Amino acid sequence: MAEELTTLVTQEMLDSRDVWSEKVYSRPISLNDIIKWGIAVYWPDDPPRIYWDEEYAKTTKYGGIIAPQDFNPFAWPVPRPPARELPKDPGVGERGMNGGQTDRYGVPMRPGDVISTSSALVDWNERVGSLGLTIFTYTEIRWENQNGELVKSRTSVGIRY
Amino acid sequence: MAENVYFEDVNVGDDIPSFTRQTDLMHWNRYAAVNDEFVYIHMDDEAGRAAANEPGAFGMGNLRWAYLLNMLREWVGDEVDVRELGVQFRAINQKNDVLTCVGTITEKTEENGDHLVRLDTNVINQDGVATCPGHAVVALPSRG
Repeated sequence: MAEELTTLVTQEMLDSRDVWSEKVYSRPISLNDIIKWGIAVYWPDDPPRIYWDEEYAKTTKYGGIIAPQDFNPFAWPVPRPPARELPKDPGVGERGMNGGQTDRYGVPMRPGDVISTSSALVDWNERVGSLGLTIFTYTEIRWENQNGELVKSRTSVGIRY
Repeated sequence: MAENVYFEDVNVGDDIPSFTRQTDLMHWNRYAAVNDEFVYIHMDDEAGRAAANEPGAFGMGNLRWAYLLNMLREWVGDEVDVRELGVQFRAINQKNDVLTCVGTITEKTEENGDHLVRLDTNVINQDGVATCPGHAVVALPSRG
């Protein structure tokens, strides 16, 4: 009989706690990518002018076009990252779901900005619930622009069971 | 006008204007194209069913996130200053769902010169299912 797991905390988690990953940098944000993003998230309506009309955007407190706060400057990386392999018959601790996320926003992203990202596993807790032994992991992701200003700090909750 | 709402004009308990979209592949494919999110479960009914969603392909959580930000922007105006947004993804966005983003002001505070309102937010489908309970914090302009 297989030994029953008493924890889903791994040595890798213990070793990586509060260790921030090396920064990865986006390409300079293009105006065209901002416009296309606005079109996609407002479809079928036109996006707000602050995402595409420079003359109008100059009259706002931002003084120019900004990106939607959900804009992702890290989409479409080259080289392509390897596809993540999911276990075909996942065992205990290999099943997962998204437990949600919270973003805290700083300065807006603008055309020409280069954004850096870094992340760290910052905390976890375990409990035995309806899904059996379950672990909640908390990962922080920090985005900064080329001036070192905070663009976004995200806390993501991962659930494994 | 870039701002529609002032701190002094809102009260705890106020509902803000909702933001609604009926979503299908036209929306999901556009979002996949900008966010590099071409995943079979969002494109192909067979893949959706293989992932235990009987109706088939389903929408991205990130798109609902965008709709919540859109709601806040349409409420305040283009100079909206969203400080925080948090959600849990509780239910799937099925094809042709009518998603309505909603928000209710739960708190007004002044901190370090900022005039902040906290809201409970959600994305409700046409069956009344709360798919994305969450919260937002928005800094509003003050008339003071």
